Amino acid sequence: MGDRASNGRTAVERRSERELVVTRTFNGAVRLVFDAWTKPELFKLWWAPKSSGVPLLSCEMDVRTGGSYRIAFGHDASKSMAFFGKYLEVSPPSRLVWTNDEGEDGAVTTVTFEDVDGRTRLVLQELYPSKEALDQAFVGMEDAMPEQFEQLDELLVTLGASV
Amino acid sequence: MVQFSTDRLDSSFAALSDATRRGVLEQLGSGDASITELAEKFHMTLTGMKKHVGVLEQAGLVTTQKVGRVRTCRLGLRGLGEEAAWIEGRRQIWNARFDALDDVVEALIRKEKADGRQSE
Repeated sequence: MGDRASNGRTAVERRSERELVVTRTFNGAVRLVFDAWTKPELFKLWWAPKSSGVPLLSCEMDVRTGGSYRIAFGHDASKSMAFFGKYLEVSPPSRLVWTNDEGEDGAVTTVTFEDVDGRTRLVLQELYPSKEALDQAFVGMEDAMPEQFEQLDELLVTLGASV
Repeated sequence: MVQFSTDRLDSSFAALSDATRRGVLEQLGSGDASITELAEKFHMTLTGMKKHVGVLEQAGLVTTQKVGRVRTCRLGLRGLGEEAAWIEGRRQIWNARFDALDDVVEALIRKEKADGRQSE
């Protein structure tokens, strides 16, 4: 609990009928935070909430403008749920834009990374095609919320040279 | 969606009738906290805080989860207005991810230091 470098301050705002904006500052240089979003071996350490009990099966990312990504969740390949899309813009280390193509009404996600005195201010914007699409997004995921990431902490401590 | 039965309203109002419990809700609005942290913050015994949290939990205003020996409290989604609950649900999802991302970034910084490179 508690002693997070970022004070655990995640701000979420519905900025318009079709738009959700999430903001947080991280206690690390922009290039490091950008790496954590664009290197699959790092991305998969944090993207899937640990205590949701649904592990990340695979994570393929061809991080360049026009490249595609595919992330699969589930306990085994026969019962997995995939999220996929393509990168509309990759501008290291300051901006990422991708599509979410797994559903009918997928959002376009834009993430910007801004240096603030050596820390990183991250703004994630999801733009949905309609108000209804945003209303329905994430429904049912509220139960999948982890409390803490102690297991992840332990994993990271032992990560060592594999990062 | 959020449904209010008479019982639910009664227990909500009862839960909110106490200044400490209102304070706890306000505190959890700015971030999750353990029972121990809340007890310290409000200068109470652990037992006293456990009782207050129990009342809030009964009313659906707070949810708790035990991880290891730490019981963490967060705002329950059902006690909030529909729009606030919608936002809070999404905030919890991103907050969980970003807490984990914090850890990844810290590990990267530690690794850079260990590798003897200057971290910016």
